[in-house]
Amino acid sequence: MDFVNAIILLLNYIFIPALTYGSQLALGAIFVTLIYGILRFANFATGDMMSFGTMATILFTWYFQSLGVSLGVLPTALLAIPFGIIFMIMYMLLIDKFVFKYYRYQKSPPVQFAMVSIGVMFVTQAVVRIIIGPADRRFFDGEKFIIKAREFKEMTGLNEGLALKSTQVITIFVTIVLVSLLFWFLNRTKTGKSMKAYSDNEDLALLSGIDPKKIVLVTWIIAGILATIGGALYGLDKSFKPFTYFNNMLPIFAAAIVGGIGNPFGAFLGGYVIAFSEILLTYAYKKFFMYVLPASMEPDSLVQLLSTDYKFAVSFSILVIVLIYRPSGIFKGKVL
Amino acid sequence: MMALILMVGIFQSWNIALSIFNLCLISAVMTMGANIQWGYAGLINFGIMGYTALGGLAAVLISVDPVQEAWRAGGFDILMSLWLIVVMVLVIRFILKRFEKSKIRTYSIAAIIISGILLIRFSAEPGIEAIEAVDPAKTGFLGGFGLPIIFSWIVGALFAGGLAFIVGKVALGLRADYLAIATLLISEIVIAIIKHEDWLTRGVKNVIGLKRPAPYELDLQTTDWFIKLVEKFNAGKLSVIENLADRQAALNQLVIEGSSVFVKLCYSGLFLVVVIILLILTQKALYSPWGRMMRAIRDNEEAANAMGKNVVKQHLLIFILGSAIVGIAGAMLVTQDGLFTPGSYRPMRYTFLIWVMVIVGGSGNNFGAILGGFVVWFLWIEAAPISLFLINFFTAGIPETNALKAHLIESVPYFRFLLMGLGLLFIMRYRPKGILPEKIEIK
Repeated sequence: MDFVNAIILLLNYIFIPALTYGSQLALGAIFVTLIYGILRFANFATGDMMSFGTMATILFTWYFQSLGVSLGVLPTALLAIPFGIIFMIMYMLLIDKFVFKYYRYQKSPPVQFAMVSIGVMFVTQAVVRIIIGPADRRFFDGEKFIIKAREFKEMTGLNEGLALKSTQVITIFVTIVLVSLLFWFLNRTKTGKSMKAYSDNEDLALLSGIDPKKIVLVTWIIAGILATIGGALYGLDKSFKPFTYFNNMLPIFAAAIVGGIGNPFGAFLGGYVIAFSEILLTYAYKKFFMYVLPASMEPDSLVQLLSTDYKFAVSFSILVIVLIYRPSGIFKGKVL
Repeated sequence: MMALILMVGIFQSWNIALSIFNLCLISAVMTMGANIQWGYAGLINFGIMGYTALGGLAAVLISVDPVQEAWRAGGFDILMSLWLIVVMVLVIRFILKRFEKSKIRTYSIAAIIISGILLIRFSAEPGIEAIEAVDPAKTGFLGGFGLPIIFSWIVGALFAGGLAFIVGKVALGLRADYLAIATLLISEIVIAIIKHEDWLTRGVKNVIGLKRPAPYELDLQTTDWFIKLVEKFNAGKLSVIENLADRQAALNQLVIEGSSVFVKLCYSGLFLVVVIILLILTQKALYSPWGRMMRAIRDNEEAANAMGKNVVKQHLLIFILGSAIVGIAGAMLVTQDGLFTPGSYRPMRYTFLIWVMVIVGGSGNNFGAILGGFVVWFLWIEAAPISLFLINFFTAGIPETNALKAHLIESVPYFRFLLMGLGLLFIMRYRPKGILPEKIEIK
């Protein structure tokens, strides 16, 4: 019985939250990796682009709520996401046309691209804050829990409760669907294959008649979808605050690089690597050991490897270690 | 540029003008540090925030009086942990020297590091708790050495240089954009440590009331020579007032204002000295054989390597030098504010804004770096009033109650981001070398 309790404890406090957080990171990391693989630069505006997409989604959610449209138990935001995506893609294409296109034709070095993306970061941050303000916003509605901790306890008669938030289920479900669609697209369709070819060897791809304009357009569209959904899911699960989104750029970068930048599958797994290591290393295992060990060996301290303050530092340290020992990432990168 | 600051002085107040000027000087120092790395050697350092914070930490550790009680409570444990760290580093060095590169070596080093960290964490825990329990509302940390804060400018440079040595050893082999990300993340780690190791830095509880190199306003207001000085300066203004009591009141007002201006002027003087010394040194370096070699390395690493230049060593050197200068700026900043707030170090303000300064001013040109520091900081501060004026100007016909206008006026503080972003984008597009481009005279 105690053993089951311990398992439930880990599920409730480590496994499910890490899986959710990892999914959110994974979507962002695939976004970073796509831009890096095809447009060939590190996009420092990642976090702010995600916050732009989320902002558009929130605005549409409010609009639908004012119309009285809702999805019942599901959050209204799910209905608003497609409109948010359209807005996001339009914004990205606009930026590409006025900013990035010029440097692409100039064949500027990646460093210059990165600097330009910092300019885009400033502008996007300003736009988001001017439109919606810097405050913390929650836009979740509908049923909050699928299983409540108390109900679970009554149902199973265990000491430990298992709470399952609907946002967690939605996040994991949407991520699985979206990522499988994306991999199907990249591996099975002609456009997807030509994107891979372009990322692998630009000159050769051009020689074989692949239209670079189309590739870039498709890349931005996929990026817009990923950014909006990733951002909106994070906002639904936690809350929307432009500053947090800017900060989230850092673990997202970590996930993309740990997985091997330029490799979407690596980025996908990298998101989970980062999320799990952050939570595993900063969780206090005292209660877990109380269940597993006999009463005489119960620990006095919290049995916490690092305090939760170092959550971000954990993922960054992992990244630094990976960069030193395997700069191309765990799953060799640079090819889609 | 000076004219603009003077305008602020005349129209807003001399106090504001001088505080902008002082921060411009500090920004200029930071920009010079970043410019040495980027302009001379082409190294991207997005970790400026971390070095700034370390400089600030140096200011705290140098100037605060030691907390005797805390040292008694946990000093021994802390010293033991420091000793353990030294032992750990020495053992690792020994292994690295002694054994061939192999998987076993890598794993054993990893094992030593992990077990060392665990050992230190558990052995230092009681000491840290004891220190943090010592009067937590006021101290709760070990304190510093109680020396004049000016020394911290040098120590800040040493701290930052030391960190840069470690970071450089680890990360400089990376490609440009990886280096940018790695340094950015390392600086976040530094901030996380400064924020949460309360025994050393008081963390988010902040350290306030640091010593000053300049006199205190309150002391000045009661000093005879200062009152006489203010009287002399404003003789014309004062002589107009007939009534003696009124004249005394006016004088008191002027003395209060004058004292804070005077203190700021003292800081300006100190900062100006630093900027001028650094400018002379960096200019000399730029035109020396060493500067020529750096440019050669920047423009063609392989060719420079073929000519027998040690690229790795020079990169490390310039990374340390540039970071040390940023460290000085960090210490100067804390000196001026008189307080150390780890929570205020954010990458937007301390890393990306500095980079905007470098790019806008002109990379590779020291005067450009200083100009960039001045222009960008001035705009950063004055963006809100400017955009408020513009919004009011363009929406003059719309009534005050209009929702859009009210919303725009409410979000005036965020127009500075817009201004910075657009400025950066325009400069990158139409003047990629900055306002004052790099010019190299070949003699």
